[in-house]
Amino acid sequence: MEHIPILKMGEFLLVTIQVDMHDRLVTALQEDLTDRIAATLARGVLIDISSLQMVDSFIGRMLGNIAGMSRVLGAETVVVGMQPSVAITLVELGLSLRGVRTALDVEKGMDLLRAVVEQDGDDGGAVEPE
Amino acid sequence: MNVNDSRLPEILRRNGAEILTDWLRYQQSAPVGREKALRDGELREQSRAFLKALEEALAGGVISDIEGAAAAPLREFLGEAARARARQGFTPGQTATFVFSLKLPLFGRLRQEYGSDAAGLAAEIWTATELIDQLGLYTTEIYQKTRDEIIARQQQELLELSTPVVKLWEGIVALPLIGTLDSARTQVVMESLLQQIVQIGASIAIIDITGVPTVDTLVAQHLLKTVAAARLMGADCIISGIRPQIAQTIVHLGVELGNVATRATLADAFRLALRRTGQAVVKAETAR
Repeated sequence: MEHIPILKMGEFLLVTIQVDMHDRLVTALQEDLTDRIAATLARGVLIDISSLQMVDSFIGRMLGNIAGMSRVLGAETVVVGMQPSVAITLVELGLSLRGVRTALDVEKGMDLLRAVVEQDGDDGGAVEPE
Repeated sequence: MNVNDSRLPEILRRNGAEILTDWLRYQQSAPVGREKALRDGELREQSRAFLKALEEALAGGVISDIEGAAAAPLREFLGEAARARARQGFTPGQTATFVFSLKLPLFGRLRQEYGSDAAGLAAEIWTATELIDQLGLYTTEIYQKTRDEIIARQQQELLELSTPVVKLWEGIVALPLIGTLDSARTQVVMESLLQQIVQIGASIAIIDITGVPTVDTLVAQHLLKTVAAARLMGADCIISGIRPQIAQTIVHLGVELGNVATRATLADAFRLALRRTGQAVVKAETAR
């Protein structure tokens, strides 16, 4: 069974979705990702969906779920590079992914993630010693 | 009298030139439709071509039914004339009068031909009237169709024209909305805004609703949809140009704009956008 690779970059995890998502794949991603966050104590997750051309309500909801789970595990999620057609579809489906941070591209997403994590770091969050 | 006994084709063939002369004189002196008329040369050319097409159609056996194949060239000619008039801004009355005005010279000729044969004349006039009425109605139909096409095209153009997305600054785009926001327009607006956000790489979009006459719950819902879609792409939205009356309506209707930033003027929204993107515009000290 295929998996979506999860790359570790410092204290962030990078997920680039480059194939069309189907339900099994997104469920597997959810499990892999939560495992990796717990294992690496990552502070942020960046999901790049710029090559995703199509979403349905299930995948849309799963994106929201993944963000929620990551937050519970102490990692912020940023979804970047959503295509206009995908954004319109999600809105028409009534899924506006509240609670998920978004950015235009990976670079802006990384900036946002750093800013958010830095802000959180101020209030004495669990920072692992390097 | 059977329509097949009609002498109309023969009369028209023999007296075509005289009828044309009479018809032209009548059209040029007619009070109706002269305020916006074709040039005389054009009118003569059209009248001549129409009479010729009519003559050919009659020779082909078309008397009471203009839907048949034999009348196809005649229909085509009339259609073209009607379309041209519709585009030039003639009224439907003027367009149809072009055909109806043929009655006078034609009936005059028939009266001469039939002389004292009153029954024959009455029957022939009835045949001719029926034919010309059908042709006149046909021009009106084509005229109407052309008008509808023009209106549809203009609506489409308006739709495309009225949703420009302009780049205000590095990373800031503005969308000045003008006119009522319905579902179809929201779709167009949303698409062009999202396209531009990707193209320019904008992180803030200002939606200016100064030109939107009324904001009801439906319009607000459309606005919020656009904002939500832009947010999904990673761009924040600011809604600006909210007039006092609209602010009152929004609150009275209980429209929940959520956590969307709103400002009264575009300038104010622009200032906010600059601050959010960490930029500032300062007065040049040398500029005095």
